Amino acid sequence: MSIKAIQISKTFGTFKALENVSLEVPDGKLVSLLGPSGSGKTTLLRILAGLEFPDSLETSRVLFHGKDVTAAPAGRRGVGFVFQHYALFKHMTVESNVAFGLNSLPRKERPAKDVILTRVCELLQLVHLDGLGGRYPSELSGGQRQRVALARALAMNPKVLLLDEPFGALDAKVRKDLRRWLRTFQEEIKVTTIFVTHDQDEALELADEVVVMNNARIEQVGDPQTVYDRPVSPFVIEFLGNVNRFVAGVGSETKDREKDVLYVRPHDVELEPEDHETHAYALKAKVQHVFSAGNYGRVALERVGTREPFEAEVSRERLRELDLVPGRVVSVIFRHVRLFPKGEFLEADIRDGSLVASTSSFSAKTMYS
Amino acid sequence: MNSHRHSKQHRVRSSALPQTRSATTEAPWVRTVLISLATGFLALFLLMPLFTVFIEAFRSGISAYFSTFEDRFIRHSIRLTLLTAAVAVPLNLVFGVAAAWAVTKFDFRGKSLLVTIIDLPFAVTPVIGGMIFILIFGAHGYLGPWLEGVNFQVVFAFPGIVLATTFGTVPFIARELIPVMQAQGRDEEYAAMTMGASGWRTFFKVTLPNVKWGLFYGVILCNARAMGEFGGVEVVSGKISGKTNTMTLQIQQLYFDYATVPAFATASLLAILALLTLLLKNIVERLSGRES
Repeated sequence: MSIKAIQISKTFGTFKALENVSLEVPDGKLVSLLGPSGSGKTTLLRILAGLEFPDSLETSRVLFHGKDVTAAPAGRRGVGFVFQHYALFKHMTVESNVAFGLNSLPRKERPAKDVILTRVCELLQLVHLDGLGGRYPSELSGGQRQRVALARALAMNPKVLLLDEPFGALDAKVRKDLRRWLRTFQEEIKVTTIFVTHDQDEALELADEVVVMNNARIEQVGDPQTVYDRPVSPFVIEFLGNVNRFVAGVGSETKDREKDVLYVRPHDVELEPEDHETHAYALKAKVQHVFSAGNYGRVALERVGTREPFEAEVSRERLRELDLVPGRVVSVIFRHVRLFPKGEFLEADIRDGSLVASTSSFSAKTMYS
Repeated sequence: MNSHRHSKQHRVRSSALPQTRSATTEAPWVRTVLISLATGFLALFLLMPLFTVFIEAFRSGISAYFSTFEDRFIRHSIRLTLLTAAVAVPLNLVFGVAAAWAVTKFDFRGKSLLVTIIDLPFAVTPVIGGMIFILIFGAHGYLGPWLEGVNFQVVFAFPGIVLATTFGTVPFIARELIPVMQAQGRDEEYAAMTMGASGWRTFFKVTLPNVKWGLFYGVILCNARAMGEFGGVEVVSGKISGKTNTMTLQIQQLYFDYATVPAFATASLLAILALLTLLLKNIVERLSGRES
């Protein structure tokens, strides 16, 4: 089922949680609402679920497959909701938890007891918890509780699955496994799924589409590749992954240029020995630390002159070749940079040893000086 | 902050000393003085009166003790107290649950005012409660003439006693439930809602089982207090033996009439109630502790 939210605003007291937010989610997609805490992502999810309502029921609209559900209560929307802390019923067994929705149906629509039991067993099988139906939530691990919550949310055959920070309360290893599992699981059941997260890795790895939110607004919507490679604002680039930030060139042309910001991803920073024959735009930096654990070596550097700190990511072989130790000076070349002059977006690449900006008014000189 | 630093210093110093002593342990004489002060106080003000009640009640022997309860007026006062509690406690049960539910599950204007007002009977003497009911329902009160017209007596009758008792015991159940329900949060109710459960089903299947111990605890405290209510009831009841005297009032009257044994024998029932309440409270605490 496709979901459409139109001009949603929500205030809590004086706090603006959402400001005129519109969003469209195509049928069957796995979409992530990504943003820092307080950005409005959970509020938006709860409004879609019918657990909160927009400030105005006139100007704001929530459509499920074209049908207006703006004022419909949660129970009438056909959504499955998974809470951050699972919200399992502690005094009920796993089985009763999963069966709760079916048992809540009015007598006429309620399936027979054995039908419900069969359905519950199916669901527990689906989430790999067969045989644990008789346990209480307190007897399960965090990951198992999470999957009970999921089974419970799926029991009513929801058209939409909404998950609030689904992996937030789990430890790193379980989180990673469960993330992969959810991905394949969603592909199997093909239910339109929206999940909230503040973890960019989670959003980029899991989602078909990432909705980046900040300050009660949507900053950018796009597939993981797009939001990572073509961020539309400084916020998006800073929020998604590590990035080095430089205040770019004091322009000779206008004073405004002083506020231009240049971003370089650590993996776009290339290091060469100090005496290496390089092009004119290389800059010099001093090695501060080398972190060599992991797939890539990370090198903390300090630019000579301005003392701006930044980071480079290089392969382990390269690390060995360069033989980097703290205090050594290296030549640095930025392979790919992004500029946000006065809110605009520019992209630049180093090609054949010279920096080619996509807008000619920016020369490499002004950026580096 | 400061105390934290102190304790740290203390620990460092003590570890340097030959004899080991944990940071929270005081010198032995301080301990002895504190413990004997506390137990002495308890013995003097709580245990001694409790024993006195039973000693006085059995002063003339066991048969005298039991013959007390053959007295018509005493029997009536016991019945009246039980009846009053049987009405006042359920009233407060409904009110307490509704108030706690409203305060913890909804956000509305005047919420903090409601929480404050719930505590009012703790802050004000029940005598004032009784006076207010006389002012409203008494013969010369605001509603007095009208009540007389429909031939319904509130003051100096059972309804007045129930009102005064209910007033004095309002906070008990709500006070017990609010923190429990606050700790519970709203997510489980929301989860039930998304699954299409009605408000009643959510309340009985999700909310109530989660707060059952807190609720039970509130009810036994409320009941103990309702049966022991004195000040407010004294003002509104009119103290008519065999008619509007509750146990506490009857005890007072017996004592004033120098009927010491019957007075203390009746009082011993209330003392037993108190002990039972404490016992139940302990059991509830242990059970709820085991569950969480």
